[in-house]
Order: sequence, then C-alpha cells, then structure tokens
Amino acid sequence: MTGTLAFLGDFGQAIEFIFKERESVSGGVQIGGIPELAGFAATHMIVSIAALAIAAALAIPLSLWLGHIGRGDFLATATSNVGRAVPSLALLAFFISFIGLGYTNVIAVLVLLAIPPLITNTYVGVRQVDRETVDAARGQGMTGMEIVRRIELPLALPSIFGGLRTSAVNVVATATIAPLANVQTLGEPIITPQTYGFVGQLGAAIVVAVITLTVDFAFARLQRAVTPAGLKLAQPARRRRFSLPTRRRPESA
Amino acid sequence: MNLLPLAQLQIQKPGGADACAASNGFCPDWIAHNIDRYWNPLLEHVYLTVVPVAIGFAISMALAILAHRRRWLTGPILTITGIFFAIPSVAAFFLLQPITGLGYTTAIVALVSYTLLIIFRNITTGLRNVPVETRDAAVGQGLTDRQVLFRVELPMAVPEIMAGLRIATSTTVGLAALAVFAGAGGLGSEILIDKYFKSNVVVAGGLAVLLAAVFDLLILTVQRAITPWQRARG
Amino acid sequence: MISSHRRILAALATMCLTLALAACGDDNSSDSGSSSTTPASEGKAIASDPANASKGTITVGSKNFTEQFILGEIYAQTLEAQGFKVKRRLNLGSEQVAYKALTGGSIDMYPEYTGTALTSFFGVKTKDVPKDPDAAYEQAKADYAKKGITALARTPFQNTFIIASTKATAEKAGNPKTVSELFSKNPKLSISGFPECRQRQDCLLGLRSVYGFKGKFVSSDGKFNDLDGGQSDLTLAFSTDPQLALTDKYTAYEDDKKFFPPYNISLGITDKTVKTIGPKTVDTLEAVQEGMTEEAMRELNRRVELDKQEPKKVAAAYLKEEGFVE
Repeated sequence: MTGTLAFLGDFGQAIEFIFKERESVSGGVQIGGIPELAGFAATHMIVSIAALAIAAALAIPLSLWLGHIGRGDFLATATSNVGRAVPSLALLAFFISFIGLGYTNVIAVLVLLAIPPLITNTYVGVRQVDRETVDAARGQGMTGMEIVRRIELPLALPSIFGGLRTSAVNVVATATIAPLANVQTLGEPIITPQTYGFVGQLGAAIVVAVITLTVDFAFARLQRAVTPAGLKLAQPARRRRFSLPTRRRPESA
Repeated sequence: MNLLPLAQLQIQKPGGADACAASNGFCPDWIAHNIDRYWNPLLEHVYLTVVPVAIGFAISMALAILAHRRRWLTGPILTITGIFFAIPSVAAFFLLQPITGLGYTTAIVALVSYTLLIIFRNITTGLRNVPVETRDAAVGQGLTDRQVLFRVELPMAVPEIMAGLRIATSTTVGLAALAVFAGAGGLGSEILIDKYFKSNVVVAGGLAVLLAAVFDLLILTVQRAITPWQRARG
Repeated sequence: MISSHRRILAALATMCLTLALAACGDDNSSDSGSSSTTPASEGKAIASDPANASKGTITVGSKNFTEQFILGEIYAQTLEAQGFKVKRRLNLGSEQVAYKALTGGSIDMYPEYTGTALTSFFGVKTKDVPKDPDAAYEQAKADYAKKGITALARTPFQNTFIIASTKATAEKAGNPKTVSELFSKNPKLSISGFPECRQRQDCLLGLRSVYGFKGKFVSSDGKFNDLDGGQSDLTLAFSTDPQLALTDKYTAYEDDKKFFPPYNISLGITDKTVKTIGPKTVDTLEAVQEGMTEEAMRELNRRVELDKQEPKKVAAAYLKEEGFVE
C-alpha cells in the first residue's frame, strides 16, 4: 500500500514540523515550530486543567456525600452512561447558540464531559469501603463528616483518582475540537489542513497523544501512590476494580 | 445558446417562511414536521456504533483469552491499546485517511481502536476476579483449562464484561458523532450541516443520547438473560 | 395545526399571484423579482437515455456548506434524470479534501470556485489571479487540464467574499460604503471568518496587508449568526448568502480595492468520466447552469438556510421550476 509507505515518510516530516517552522500549504505564512505549537499546547492545557479542576470541585464532594448516605445509585450509573454518549460536538454547537464562542463555551463543554466519570468513580469508591469499618468508626462516636473525611475519603482515593484519570484523558482528547469555538488548542492544525497540511495534522496529533499519555501515566502513578499498602496486597474476590491489578511483589509498597 | 427560458426559479420574499426556523430557534413545530430527515443519519449512527463495538469485542476477547494464558502479555497489550485510546478521535479520523481513505472504513477502524482498551481491560479484570476456590474446584472436577475458561471463568466474568460493553457502547455513540471528520455520516454530520440551528442540534444530540440509552438497556437485558443465577449489577 | 393551514394558504396565494403576474409579465430573461411557473419550453426538459444506466455509477461530490450541497444535488439529479446511476459524496469537507478525492478518483466530479482552484490548488497568489471572471476561468481550466480534469463552463453567478455587518454597526461606524472607508475610520472592529482564513494570504492575512485591517479575528464559520450573537462586528459573508437580501438588518461593504478574486463555479470532472458520460451529458450539465444567476442562488440558499428545507428538495425544485425536469 503506497499510502502506508507515504505515511511513514510523513511521520518523519511531522516530527520535523513540531520542531522547525515551514511554509504553509496555501503559501505565504510560516507555520509550525516550537513557538507556535507551544502556544497551542498551552491553550490546550489551560482549558483542560481548568475544566478538570471545576468538574472535580463540583462532582467529588457531591458524590462523596451521596456515597456516604447511600443514595445515588441510579444517578451514578445513569450519568456515567448518558454522559459518555453525549456527543461533544453537539454540546459545543449547543453552547455556541447560548453562550457564544470562546473559553467559557469550551470549558463548559469540557466540564460537562468530565463530570460523569468523576461521579461514578467517587460514588462507587465510597460504597466499596468496608461497612464494618464505617460502623466501627460510628460506634467510636465519629460524626458523618468525620467519617467521610477520615475513613471513606482516604479509602476511596484510588477509585477517585481512577475517575480523575479517565476524565483527564477525555478532557485532553476533547479539547481538540475547541478551535470550532474560536479557542486555538492543538486541534487547530488538525482541523485546518489547507494551512497545515497532512504533515501538520500528524504533528499536532503526535503532540496531543504524547500529552494524553503523559497525563494518563501521571494519574496512574498518583492513583498507585494514594492506594494504601494494605489495599494493594489484598485481593478480595468480590471487589470490583477500575484498573488492572499490577503484578504484585510482596516488598513493593 | 439556448432560447430564452420561459420557466424560471420562483423568487420568494426575502427572509424565511417560518420565523422560528429562520431565526435558528428551538421550534417544536419544525421538529415535528421534519423529524424524518434524521432517520438516515440515525441508522448510519447505529451502524457506526454496532460495527466497531462488535469488532472491538471480538478482538478484545481474542486478546484477553491469549493474555489469560500468558499473563506477561497483559502489560504490553494494555500499553498498546492505551496508546490508541490516547490519540484524540478527531486526529485519528484525519490521520487514517491516507491509508484507509475518506469514508466509513476510516471511521470504523478509529472507533474500533477506542473500544479495545475498555473492553479488554474489563474482560481481563472479570476473569481475574473469579475466586481462586471456584477455579480450583472446577479443575478438581476434572475440567481441562479450556473448559474451565469457557464454562466457569467467562460466565462468571459476564457482569464485568457487560459493564465494559456498556461503557464501550456509550463512548462509541459519543465518538461516532465526530465520524463526519472521517468522511462518514451519522448524527454528527447532521449537526455540522446546520450547527447554529438550535432545533437541529438538540434533536441530533438528543437522538444520540437516546440511542445510547437504548443500547444500554439492550445490553442489560442480554446480561440478565444469560446470567439467570446472578442479579445483574446495574 | 394552525401553522400548516397558514402554509397552505400562503402557497395558494403565491401561486395565484405568480399566475397573475405571468399573464401580464414580459419574458425578459434578466432577473427581475417577478417570475413565472409556466411549463418548460420545448427542448429544455432533460431526456432520459436508457443506455446510461449501464455506464457504471457516477460519484458526485461537494464541499461542506449550503451552496455546495445544493449544487452537488443539482448536478446529481441532472445525471439521474438522464438515467445514470449516481452516488453522492456531499459534505466532503474543505477544498483540499475535495480536490484530493477528485484527483485520487474516489469521486468523479465536484463543483469548485475558479478563484479557490487557482489560489488553493495551482499556487497562484491572490493578487495575480485575473480579475475578469472569464480570464480566471480559462486559466483554471488550463491548469485543471494538466491534472486530467475537465472544467465545465463557468456558471453565470459568482460567489465571492463580501464583508458584512449589522445595520446598527454600520450606523455606528458612520455608514461607510466601501471596505477601505470602513477600516480606515474604524480600525478596532473585529471580523469573523472560517478557521482556515486566519492563516491565508487570500483571506485575513491579505486583508491585513492590502486593506490595513488591524482588528481582531474571530475564528468561526457562523457568519450572520456571529453578527446576531455579538461575537464579532463584521463577518466574511458569501455574496450569495440569503441574509444579504435583508437590507434592513445587514449591510455589505464594497470591495473597492478588488482584493477578492472571481469565484465562479466550474464543475470539475475527471477526463475518464467525461468519456464515460459522453458529450451530450456534458452539454446538459452545462445547460442546467443557465438558471444559476446570483439572485437564483441566493433564493436557493434562502430556502435551505432560512426555510430549513433539505438541499435535495431545493435542488429538485430548482430543476422543476426552471423547466429542466417535469
């Protein structure tokens, strides 16, 4: 397939595009290179971080409480499945009519997309905390808030970080369509091929993929870091997991 | 040169015949009258969901069974499917074009790649979560490894597998809306055709969500049907 | 329901009115507001040729905005009326995608603007594009021929860029008539345009260098929606946009420096397909273009964008009302 061979050649060109400027396909202007891509990447990260932070601030406390009082089973599953299905494009277009173009629009869309995994994972994380531990704490006289803060939250952290990981990846990936609302993230070279060409699209896609993988890896690390040692070693048969158990060596903490 | 035509296009008054539609508002009347224009896009969207999930499920199942025997394969498979997952769908739809052209093939290849991580991860987790005692009991009864897998482990993993299928299906419904960038149709194509018309966006987006809900119910029903011994976890 | 009764009455009223006008109107073919719906003149209706059905499927493509959908449908339906099997690949995307599809063979034809072809495919700088529509067409035709593509005769209408604003903005700006006046008196106005415009010499960059535009660029293809929603002060509209007829809402400015090149449509067909469909079909395809005046295109666009009709139906109505199809 000549297409595939050309693709491999394009790959090298795409890496070059990332680091060195070149003339645009339509001519007359320099595109590419670190400064331009860094600008796009900065915008990309700004909207992603802002959206994730806002979503976390909204969803996590609410779901912690719902998990604590045991209500919200339906909410957790409904939002997770419905939320995943809402096309980001529809949300963006919808908000263009009501909010208009710009950062507010893009961040609103990303927040809405980030919330469902956070709700589900936080809620389930809290529900998974051993009931006996909670009862014991209650017997010791802890108030509801104290139980949430000192027992349920720490034990639910691995699950919460699992949700943050999923949301972060979704948000960074979806920020690619932000240029449709006048916010030039790394999606800009991808949706304007007449200026940036296939090589530009590929270059920008590589950068986004690298960023996404880094974010995924970082949150995976964080998730492992907040998993208390005791939980990591135990493998109760009925426990549901959200990321695969890694190979266990007794000495790893 | 032709004769002067006697017939001509009928020029109507400027502006729109339907004030609500002309101002791009949300018009229940217009929606009721024009809902049939969403039928084909909806069918295309169903196609863009069912085919990738089916193919993704087949591939993931094969990979999971492979990794069940050779545990060391799990890491690399997770890494590779993870990389596929990290590439934004819009980018994938454009980047596959030199290889698979403009159209449904590109869309489906890209969409399949997003289902792999989710389904593979869930099948493997489901299999690993089968209690050791159950497995031992089966082996003790004289079942071969293969029989244990297909008669004991996989059935017990069904809830986890179905959960993975549900997540993959919902995700695919959402991502399939972007398949228009790959040259395919679907509800996303309808949205882009008139993205300032509120009625259009709401109907196309709403149909996608409804579609996901229907698929979700279907999978749940199948789950309940094939695991009568377990109350299906919601 | 009340609205459907109203529509039927409106349709009846329009029919009565046009029949009355037809009775006493002259048959001056220049485009005036009145029109007639008398049946086709002899020889204009497209004839179906059963031999065409066995010549394979013809794939008609188009780019991804209203006018392109309509044109694609018109050409597709013209071919179908002649008995060809037609596959549509409308909504291809930008011109680069469409051009690649055409030269690569995944589509057999699509309508392109002469100015766009010259600047986007054949490397002609905007200022070097001939200002005369025929000269621009001849140059594009020659360049297309080198790539194995036959460019059919250009359409009567041109769809060039036109800078527009709301009437309120125009009044606040001092009611300038030309783009030069507009920019010189109001340097801080923002303009919205499709995303690719930002980095193009024949778009934003050219506006900055030729017209001295200093304002902000808003990357959006909303056009008049951007104006209505206050997203930008000005927008890069198309001259066949139906909203331009609403002169009490919007104002357009004259391109006094003739910055934008000519943009007539020319249907680009691969040489192989031209041989397949034959010269009679090519003549017919060119013949249906005769009704495509700027006013007619604006009306067709109006039906899709404001009346929210489907391009397929609007194209069919065009062919019927112009008398090409029964």
